[in-house]
Amino acid sequence: MKKISFKLNGETRFLHVEPNETLLDVLRDRMGVKSPKCGCDNGDCGACTVMLDGKTVRSCLIFAIEVDGHEISTLENISKNGLSPLQKAFLEKNVFQCGYCAPGMILSATELITNNPHPSEHEIKEALAGNLCRCTGYTPVIEAILELTKKD
Amino acid sequence: MKAYKYIGQSVVKVDGKEKVSGAALYTDDLEFGPDLLYAEVVEGPHAHAIINSIDTSEALKVPEVLAVVTGKDFPFNFGLYMKDRFIFAQDRVRFYGEQIAAVVARTPQAAKKGAQLVKVNYTPLPKILNPLDSIKEGAELLHPELKNYEHVPWFFPKADTNIAHHRKIRKGDADKGFEEADYVLEDTYEVPRYSHCAIEFHAAVAKYDHSGRLTVWASSQSPHTQRNLFAQALAPLGIRHNDVRVIAPHVGGGFGSKAGVTMEIIAAAIAMKVQGHPVKVMWNREREFYNTYQRLGVVAKLKIGVKKDGKITALKHDLFWDAGAYVEYAANVVNAVGLSAIGPYNVENASIDSYCIYTNLPPGGPYRGFGYSEFLFGLESHMNRIAAHLGIDPIEIRRRNIIKEGDLTAYGAHMNPNGLLQAIDKVAEEIKWNEKLKSNDPDIALGKGFSLFWKAPAMPPNASSSCFLKFNEDASINLLVSGMDLGQGFLTVMAQIAAEILSVPTSKIRTENPDTDRNPYEWQTVASHITWGCGNAVRKAAIDARDQIFSLVSRTKYLPVDTLYLEDEKVKCTTHPKFALALKDFIINGIQMEDGTFKGGPVIGRGVFMPEYSSTNANPETSQGGHPNVHYTVGAAAAILEIDIQTGKMKVQKVVEAVDAGKALNPSLVKGQIVGGILQGISTVLYEEMKFDHRGKLLNPNFTDYKIPTALDIPGEIVPIIVEVPQPDGPFGARGVGEHTMIPIAPMIANAIDDALGVRIKTMPITAEKVCLEILKKGK
Ligand code: FES
Ligand code: FES
Repeated sequence: MKKISFKLNGETRFLHVEPNETLLDVLRDRMGVKSPKCGCDNGDCGACTVMLDGKTVRSCLIFAIEVDGHEISTLENISKNGLSPLQKAFLEKNVFQCGYCAPGMILSATELITNNPHPSEHEIKEALAGNLCRCTGYTPVIEAILELTKKD
Repeated sequence: MKAYKYIGQSVVKVDGKEKVSGAALYTDDLEFGPDLLYAEVVEGPHAHAIINSIDTSEALKVPEVLAVVTGKDFPFNFGLYMKDRFIFAQDRVRFYGEQIAAVVARTPQAAKKGAQLVKVNYTPLPKILNPLDSIKEGAELLHPELKNYEHVPWFFPKADTNIAHHRKIRKGDADKGFEEADYVLEDTYEVPRYSHCAIEFHAAVAKYDHSGRLTVWASSQSPHTQRNLFAQALAPLGIRHNDVRVIAPHVGGGFGSKAGVTMEIIAAAIAMKVQGHPVKVMWNREREFYNTYQRLGVVAKLKIGVKKDGKITALKHDLFWDAGAYVEYAANVVNAVGLSAIGPYNVENASIDSYCIYTNLPPGGPYRGFGYSEFLFGLESHMNRIAAHLGIDPIEIRRRNIIKEGDLTAYGAHMNPNGLLQAIDKVAEEIKWNEKLKSNDPDIALGKGFSLFWKAPAMPPNASSSCFLKFNEDASINLLVSGMDLGQGFLTVMAQIAAEILSVPTSKIRTENPDTDRNPYEWQTVASHITWGCGNAVRKAAIDARDQIFSLVSRTKYLPVDTLYLEDEKVKCTTHPKFALALKDFIINGIQMEDGTFKGGPVIGRGVFMPEYSSTNANPETSQGGHPNVHYTVGAAAAILEIDIQTGKMKVQKVVEAVDAGKALNPSLVKGQIVGGILQGISTVLYEEMKFDHRGKLLNPNFTDYKIPTALDIPGEIVPIIVEVPQPDGPFGARGVGEHTMIPIAPMIANAIDDALGVRIKTMPITAEKVCLEILKKGK
């Protein structure tokens, strides 16, 4: 057991973790943060995406001890001030179906448009390529981002 | 046409905000407190073996292990259509990875450690990994008990064989039809198994409390069917239906995998042995691949005879299904295909034999399309080949043969009203069917492909839906139904139906996934029947509530019922323009009369729907005489495909698909089904493949080795088209579309490859490698 502390969605948290506990398990099972999902536990699906110091990572591939002293944010963090324009665009266009991929997909898309406010279609596809979705066929997600970010 | 306010509008999904905000909770997100136990399943490492003994003593010594359960604890079989399945293997295992025991512990780690210490002694038996081997003379019998299994009356198992069901169609005189033909084409098509790949795993938590109440939280398409099967299977332990409560949180994708009962019953059964504790059974990605339902594989032998003008004179379709180790659900896939493998064509002479065959592979089961994708691959490939032989345009040959309203289906019932011709026209126009494609790059070949599709809901004739509609003081509504929102938007559409009838906006209607204790009965959310079936129940419940409202207003305000109507949450009157009584002023507390008394009270609507005309009574030798399918949804699809001649790599430039929704209650949701279904279809034909080794072990149970498409793999352009020829008994004319959208994709792609290269590929998937080899072969 090692004592670590990190900022989670703006709040500094302290806890003891085993060296082999993944960040995903710690967030979900020990800290009650449920938006990151498990879809493979193997780095393939992106459902577990969270932001580490502002960059998206797969929390199933990271050990909790590695985030000691860092900053983690999840979809809960974005939602706590009401929906972002991106979330609103996804909502209004009925983009998601089962919604299981949505937390990861929204974080990947948020990262993209933060760094690149007017992405091309191909840039959007590349940014989302690590997030598997079995329901939507991706097209509605891509179209909503394109429409939101197009230059007037 | 009447203008609707909510029907036909792309209303925002009622659960949309939960899903984009991260608030939506799925089964594994629920908290069960510090007393939660974890179960780890022990699996058999043989595709077929006798279990001689199971030694659990070492496992029980592991600290924090509370119990080990095996098949001996639950000597009961279960199943939706045929009771051939076991909670844990009994005397033998029949597929690689079958569950034979479970270790229950305080922590997942202890449970895993215990599971590794369970010692099982096996005697391997000959295994059968192919349906054609399974029906050979003298093949090892996988279910010697087959003749004793309970099953629905429309199944016909063959005792002392591996054929669990045989659906047989004999319409007209096929032999005579082939004699009259000018051209007969006969060939075999093969479709392998596929995995649903919902991104959420199966998960179930069950608790049998000290009062004898069994509650199960499960990621499920079928809460009431699960309650029913749990209660039936666990009846020997004293469980009754009203002891069982199934609670269904959000579901992270189903596609058929979470229909009926699979691993959930393991949680329910284990809970009975650790009374008082909640116990969790969690699948992982690997198990998700090899121990849930898989889509059945099939070998389809197809023979079609035609006249010179392309008119079909006879069709013979023999389908040999690899249904797996247990077929309690899969046998109905085989049945549904038997009834419909004639395709959307008007064929006078047809002979169909659809065989449900046991193999030592994981249990087959429902998968989006329910067998129709599989048989259409051959049928729609065949239609193109016949057209080419006769020199007729592939769309034209279909136009000459398509089934029209009133024509007879394979089993002799009349075809429902439909927009197949419209769908063909619209797709042909959008894809510019008559314009030749020209590639400017000598390394790129271009081809156009086309396919029709049809599908009926496959369900028992008495599959019912029901609804309670409760008003609240402010005239907001709680709509209680038990269909599942799997992402298709079912709950939203139900809210729209109630909104339209009661003039209450959808934003004031709360409707959620069910709890079987609180919500009324629904068979299950499969077969693309839920909008139609449950939609009718909601419609009836809303009309029931409206009738109560009008009757109350009529007797208290002395206005004739037939002058009353609802608008903007008020009761209004056609003869008194000034009269407007807000629902919120009386919907719970009634209307006060001059003498101070109140009339009325809480308005609660009730609606039940069962398709009372549906029947499975038919002659088993011909299938003539019943009405097993309530109706068909039809449509057409076409694509432009580009192929790199050097590598065989393919890219879909454009796909157009038209589906006859009857009435698109929410067009954005219908389009969502079309776009999502197209990609799932493309994925099965171009990318996915389950690979089993000689032991029957799945070699690629993960997303690294079993590829599903990413955002980079989508078609260049998708054009969804909605056709609306109303279904007379559908709510506002609607019929289902969810599964249909993926089923024309595989033959459409195969036809496009043929168009581009002149090669016909008859086995799925059609990988780049396969195409490349065909190009090389052709070059020689
Ligand atoms: S769960 Fe982490 S990538 Fe799939
Ligand atoms: S919406 Fe279901 S996985 Fe993306």
